[in-house]
Amino acid sequence: MVEHLPALQVVLPLVAAPLIVLARSPRFAWLATTAVSYACLVIAALLATRVATLGAFSYALGSWAPPWGIEYRVDALSAFVLVAVALTASFVAPYARRSIAAELDADRQYLMYAMYCLCLAGLLGITVTGDAFNLFVFLEISSLASYVLIALGRRRQALVAAFQYMLMGTVGATFYVIGVGLLYLVTGTLNLADLAERLRGVEDLRPVLAALAFITVGIGLKLALFPLHQWLPNAYAYAPSMATAFLAATATKVSVYVLLRFYFTVFDPAALFDRLPTRETFLALSVAAMILASLVAVFEREVKRLFAWSSVAQIGYITLGIGLENHAGLTGSIAHLLNHGVTKGAIFLLLGGVALRSGAASISVGSLAGLGRRMPLTAFGLVIAGLSLIGVPGTAGFVTKWFLILGAIEREAWWVVGAILASSLIAVAYVWRLVEAAYLRAGQGTRREAPAGMLAAGLAMAGLCVYFGFFTSINVAGASDAASFLLRGAR
Amino acid sequence: MTLASHPGLWLIAAAALLAVLRGRSRAVVALAAPLVALTLAWRLEAGVHLRAGFLGMELAPFAADALSRLFAVIFSLMAFAGALFALNQPRRLELAAAFLYAGAAIGVTLAGDLVTVFVCWEVMAIGSTLVLWSAATPAAYRASMRYLMVHLCGGMLLFIGVAAHVLQTGTTAFQPMALDGPAHALILAAFLVNAGAWPLSAWLPDAYPEASWSGMVFLSAFTTKTAVYVLLRGFPGTEPLIYVGLAMVFYGIVYALLENDMRRILAYSIVNQVGFMVTGIGIGTEMALNGAAAHAFTHILYKALLLMSAGAVLYATGRRKCTELGGLFRTMPLTAACGIVGALAISSFPLTSGFVSKSMIAQAAGDEHLFVVWLLLAAASAGVFLHAGIKFPWFVFFQKDSGLRPPDPGWNMRAAMVLLAAFCIGLGIWYEPLYGLLPYPVDYAPYTGFHVVAQLQLLLFSGLAFFVMLGWLRRTLTITLDTDWLYRALFPRVVALYGAALERALAAGGARAARAGERLGAYFRRLCGPQGALARTWPAGAMGLGVMGMLLALLLSYYLF
Repeated sequence: MVEHLPALQVVLPLVAAPLIVLARSPRFAWLATTAVSYACLVIAALLATRVATLGAFSYALGSWAPPWGIEYRVDALSAFVLVAVALTASFVAPYARRSIAAELDADRQYLMYAMYCLCLAGLLGITVTGDAFNLFVFLEISSLASYVLIALGRRRQALVAAFQYMLMGTVGATFYVIGVGLLYLVTGTLNLADLAERLRGVEDLRPVLAALAFITVGIGLKLALFPLHQWLPNAYAYAPSMATAFLAATATKVSVYVLLRFYFTVFDPAALFDRLPTRETFLALSVAAMILASLVAVFEREVKRLFAWSSVAQIGYITLGIGLENHAGLTGSIAHLLNHGVTKGAIFLLLGGVALRSGAASISVGSLAGLGRRMPLTAFGLVIAGLSLIGVPGTAGFVTKWFLILGAIEREAWWVVGAILASSLIAVAYVWRLVEAAYLRAGQGTRREAPAGMLAAGLAMAGLCVYFGFFTSINVAGASDAASFLLRGAR
Repeated sequence: MTLASHPGLWLIAAAALLAVLRGRSRAVVALAAPLVALTLAWRLEAGVHLRAGFLGMELAPFAADALSRLFAVIFSLMAFAGALFALNQPRRLELAAAFLYAGAAIGVTLAGDLVTVFVCWEVMAIGSTLVLWSAATPAAYRASMRYLMVHLCGGMLLFIGVAAHVLQTGTTAFQPMALDGPAHALILAAFLVNAGAWPLSAWLPDAYPEASWSGMVFLSAFTTKTAVYVLLRGFPGTEPLIYVGLAMVFYGIVYALLENDMRRILAYSIVNQVGFMVTGIGIGTEMALNGAAAHAFTHILYKALLLMSAGAVLYATGRRKCTELGGLFRTMPLTAACGIVGALAISSFPLTSGFVSKSMIAQAAGDEHLFVVWLLLAAASAGVFLHAGIKFPWFVFFQKDSGLRPPDPGWNMRAAMVLLAAFCIGLGIWYEPLYGLLPYPVDYAPYTGFHVVAQLQLLLFSGLAFFVMLGWLRRTLTITLDTDWLYRALFPRVVALYGAALERALAAGGARAARAGERLGAYFRRLCGPQGALARTWPAGAMGLGVMGMLLALLLSYYLF
């Protein structure tokens, strides 16, 4: 049984989706989704423990031995990302019932659940697969599902946002597949481990370089690498609450995982970082994202868009570690996949509650006035998650910042240190705008918290922000193992 | 010893309770928690009481020795006196924030490693900002924002410094550091920001006087004195600190003499007094370090007393400016008397606490044959008497009759003032317990004929000078420019963070620097503001073009390199 877990991880949500469509009952859909999400978390945890004790292992799908068959491979990095995705899912699923019921008509709710399950299956599949083309398939499954998730938003702009995301996402996927095609042309294999072996010594071939460029831009689009991020703010802003929370916490993170996988285990990192300007490119783009996107967030009036911009900035933190290319920096990056996941997840889950109670389709910063009195627990949770976003000690965000700064000092890149600090000061400014509105300005309305289920999920995730700030055996230990794993493959 | 015997945690736990409790139970918690903390602090044993691992580092979040015990004791005592004084403060947030702030300050003193210091440092910044904030006036709100920004920047310096220190040495232990590289320079700079060292001192007189009548009592006690503690532990005998300290001493005197607002006078006087301590730390002999530690102890008590008396006046009259006050001794005799005791203590009058502590620093300078330093400290002592010893009580309680007839404040405020006044005089007479608390064995007798006569002469002549020069010192309504102008007026224009408020500031200003800043700010607004090039939704075609551009750039860079 245990050896089939990698496959089960993907198959469960994949099978749940058509069942939900067949049943069409929102109640069944919710139960199935929740059960699947929890099952995925259990499986991911089992896989992670197994990797931690026994090391990486692979699973031949349908018993076709790799490199001919599709290989599923679980190692320190993929186990970490699996846990991060499944953890988010296990908070979003119980939250979904009230949130979806409030935002969608009863006859379309099952669609939302089905798409959510498909998206989850795709994300887990991307993480677990060891095959470049299979990865593309899962990338498309998760992307197509997320286009629908976004398009189900209540406002009409959701359609435009989903359409733009679809255009950009398709371009990204196409670029990726072009890159993989070029690699196949050169090596004749699609298995990632096999690719890595056969690419040694031919890294300087033009098709390989072109493949690298196509894959970088393709995956860069999916992970909203600055300046390929333009699809993201609207997509997050207009999607249904639950979809925003789920996608913000997982989708871009899994794409970062793909990039890490290609950069450190498929291509030769020595060639990539020493002979090509990869380090400079990533440092420059990351710092630009951290500063400029944070500044946009300072001026943004719509709260969900504000945090979407903050996401672009935080993805800058994540890609910064790639540019630093040392153990501390990569640990920071990988830990931030989880840290930022729980932080943004908490924020968007709580904002969903605010939107539900305010009844308006969009929440402006001004409309948060008096939130501290109207919804004290929600406001408190938002403050906690906001502190984590800034990186105050005792929160998950601080852990990330600590490692990134260690990494930057190790590289003696003092301007990067300055940029990290400047970016967190700007984060203070935009988080402060919310605190000011919620606690200092008088608002109208009586005291009414979000529905218990939604509130509990949001607060629990905000609690995780603090938990991961103090007890780092999951986020840091896992990320540190993954970083060692990546660098071991490298040098 | 376990975590439950950490005095700071008791205060922080009480802070959580105070935020929700009302009525009698609130008063009980507010008074009992600092007493528990005081008992625990008094009974602290030397050694590391708790070890923890965090991010692969060995931490000692709870450790104690004689120095940390001294500061933990005085901080707990101060929390009690402050809570007693603030019992009738209607804003509930303030006391809770003050306890968080005090608890974090104790956390710094009991931190055996730099990471814990940093964490508590940040909590202090948040706690103190909330104290300021709870004054709930627009001026206090703006001041709290500036205050927070300064302290966040200071925290950042500390953060990088600690990170670099850990990378360099591989240990987090909080030990004396030499000034030997960027890591320790950054840590020192961060400590000096909180100490209010000139020219980084402007935040202090900018922010503190905007706090409520009770809030400033707390603010005066913890931030600068925690900085003194970390300097004592981290940088004893670092010579530049002598000059930094002397600069602070004279900066404080000059600005306090020019100032009209009674609480700003006392704020400048904090900088001045901390300057004495920093000078002592720079001298670095056992006598000097003892003196700095003892002076921190006594200064917390008499400065709090002075601020309580000023706070009582503010509470009763709602006025802060010397020109609007005067003659209050008739109806507020107890407040006036306590204010005078505090004023005598800050002037190091014999038989007050200031005398037994400050004279140690001067003595240490003399012992080290630092003649110029000794002379400057003596001159500064005279200056202290001028600005705080006479000026404050004279203009507030005597001078002219302002026509105000407020009564003395309620029982709890009176009790708090009497308690601190008793300490100020008690420690001046029975100084042995204080000397027993000091980190090094004390070989010093304060009451020698020479010390007493010299100090009395000094005070007599400066007192004479005050009344001779009264005509010039009589304050008019003025505003004094300080280096905080740089970030109060200039900096905001450049950074352009606060949209509309910024535009108003720009309209009000008009200097050339402002115009340059405006252009830069406008540029960022155009780029990042609503509908800015970055912020607006791009048409799909433009997005696609961007993608193609990125691909081309990458391909080119790969092919060319």
